[in-house]
Amino acid sequence: MTQSVLTRFYNCYILRDGKIIKEDLWIRNGKIENPEGIFYVEQLKADINVDCNDLLITPGFIDIQINGGWGVDFSYDCETVEDGINKVAKNLLSCGVTSFCPTIITSSKEKYSKILPNIKKMQGGLNGASILGVHLEGPFINPAKKGAHLEDYIKTLNGGLESIKDVYGSLENIVIITLASELTGATEAIKSLTRLGIKVALGHSTASLAQGEESVQCGATLITHLFNAMLPFHHRDPGLVGLLASKTDKQVYYGIISDGIHTHPAALRIACRANPEGLVLVSDAVAALGLSDGNYRIGPQLVTVKNGRAYISGTDILCGSTTALNKCVLTFMKSIGCTLEYALEAASLHPARALDIDDRKGKLNFGYDADFIILNPHTIKVHSTWIAGECVYKNQ
Amino acid sequence: MRLIILEDADVVGQWAARFVVQRVAQFAPGPGRPFVLGLPTGGTPLGMYRNLIKYYKEGSISFKHVITFNMDEYVGLPRDHPESYHYYMWNEFFKHVDIEPGNAHILDGNAPDLGAECNRFEALIQQAGGVHLFIGGIGPDGHIAFNEPGSSLVSRTRIKSLAYDTLEANKRFFDNDISKVPRQALTVGVGTVLDAKEVMILITGSHKALALAKAIEEGVNHMWTVSAFQQHAQALFVCDEAATLELRVKTVKYFKSLMTEHNKLLEIKPSQ
Repeated sequence: MTQSVLTRFYNCYILRDGKIIKEDLWIRNGKIENPEGIFYVEQLKADINVDCNDLLITPGFIDIQINGGWGVDFSYDCETVEDGINKVAKNLLSCGVTSFCPTIITSSKEKYSKILPNIKKMQGGLNGASILGVHLEGPFINPAKKGAHLEDYIKTLNGGLESIKDVYGSLENIVIITLASELTGATEAIKSLTRLGIKVALGHSTASLAQGEESVQCGATLITHLFNAMLPFHHRDPGLVGLLASKTDKQVYYGIISDGIHTHPAALRIACRANPEGLVLVSDAVAALGLSDGNYRIGPQLVTVKNGRAYISGTDILCGSTTALNKCVLTFMKSIGCTLEYALEAASLHPARALDIDDRKGKLNFGYDADFIILNPHTIKVHSTWIAGECVYKNQ
Repeated sequence: MRLIILEDADVVGQWAARFVVQRVAQFAPGPGRPFVLGLPTGGTPLGMYRNLIKYYKEGSISFKHVITFNMDEYVGLPRDHPESYHYYMWNEFFKHVDIEPGNAHILDGNAPDLGAECNRFEALIQQAGGVHLFIGGIGPDGHIAFNEPGSSLVSRTRIKSLAYDTLEANKRFFDNDISKVPRQALTVGVGTVLDAKEVMILITGSHKALALAKAIEEGVNHMWTVSAFQQHAQALFVCDEAATLELRVKTVKYFKSLMTEHNKLLEIKPSQ
């Protein structure tokens, strides 16, 4: 282990306080250190010096919505959950993802009881990215906006928290639940979940802006894959999209799938200009992530990947992306013309804030977890990935 | 006393850095034989530090066996405050070079007993065998370190209450709020700097022109504390053209005619 070893990364640029600056990065015991105090008070020099050849060090990416990848579907492969999670966690390291929320789409009660007990929050390392907890997308959604979710498993929320506990079993490892605002019982459920520290995301919903605002007042803080599976923007009732410019004083965060397919660049720019702080890049990746064109499964359905796009087999319904978060960052930056700093923060600091973990993740500030990526600032190609100060991936 | 007149502030930064490189190289420090350097902060020496970092990266100088003493520090300002001299020295110089952390001495303006801290600092300089080269800048009123007008010319390291003019000049670094400017500082005395074997004072800009004139053309006077270095055996003033504006033409011509000699100071002679 790397206990108490003081490592200094030099000849590098780092993303700090929203700016890319030429600065060394010092780490020790899995945390980012303030070298000035080490110099004057402890009077120590670095034990290891790492020459970064002018590459960029940026906080590790945090993917709060990912359904699987490398042939694994978290919602379907219920007999081999742990193996599947481990496989994806390991492969995500090459994409610069240091933490993620495995996402389970609308499933049967039986599936939940088989899957959920086997996904535990876990500190990452050489074996893979950290698991922050599960994102449950459905089954408390509106059938009219079911997208790729199977209608048979969609549930009502009449019993509030009791309905939720009944369907999922335990809430122990859950960090995000996506539900539809307009369901009967949603208001009470949102309040209860918020009290338990679970983040509520609104999505797969036909909610009006008023319904969305009520959910936000009750504690909902997220919108799931903005523009997708919700009412299209209408000027007399802008629906959930309107939450980006709502008068509630609460910051809402919204997931954006920026794979160049799910959302038009102009729509991205509208969202970003209306509410720049709330934009969270998510991959919403499916089992086909990391695989070539072919037939796969998402939940109980067959998926066909053609030219990198994932469809429900035999239809033209999109069902998640095949693009990892690092590529989403590049696509996002190119399509909206934002700064690299902003694009990187949208995949690190913003999701950390959305999950209330921005006191330890999402920044390279002193005292933060040493979860970071060394990458080429022009191509966003990941050279190496570090979790808690340990190199967990190196591009050979 | 020597006066080196150079084109502008950039050239002053280069010349001063080359002089440090020359002095350290000539001394050839090693284990048990450190070179002792006195250092200033502020805008004037920035160019020198940047050039020293460049020379370090090129391999022309190492600070491995160099001990440094800084001139001054504010009282009560957190060590990592962007206006503290600890912060300045770390960010502008120390973090870029190979100096040993234990060899870089800066007065601790947060010490519980400030008087004792000043005595400790003087003792450390003694222990190091005295300063080989003390580098300083000056204020428009001719102060060196925080030895403002009227300071004793034989003063030692001590606590100083800062003059209103100094607070006023510094408030731009503290949100333009004079109440946030530290009112006291710890500073080496004029006598402390005079004890150094060699002293190099950097002066740039027309706003320092009067101070330079008072420093070298008039008598030794505690109202222009830098004038004390007229009585130092080995002092050099390095200035730019703008800083000479208040000097007599005769003075400027005399020292410019000696430039060939002055530039020989930068030559590193093969050791015997």
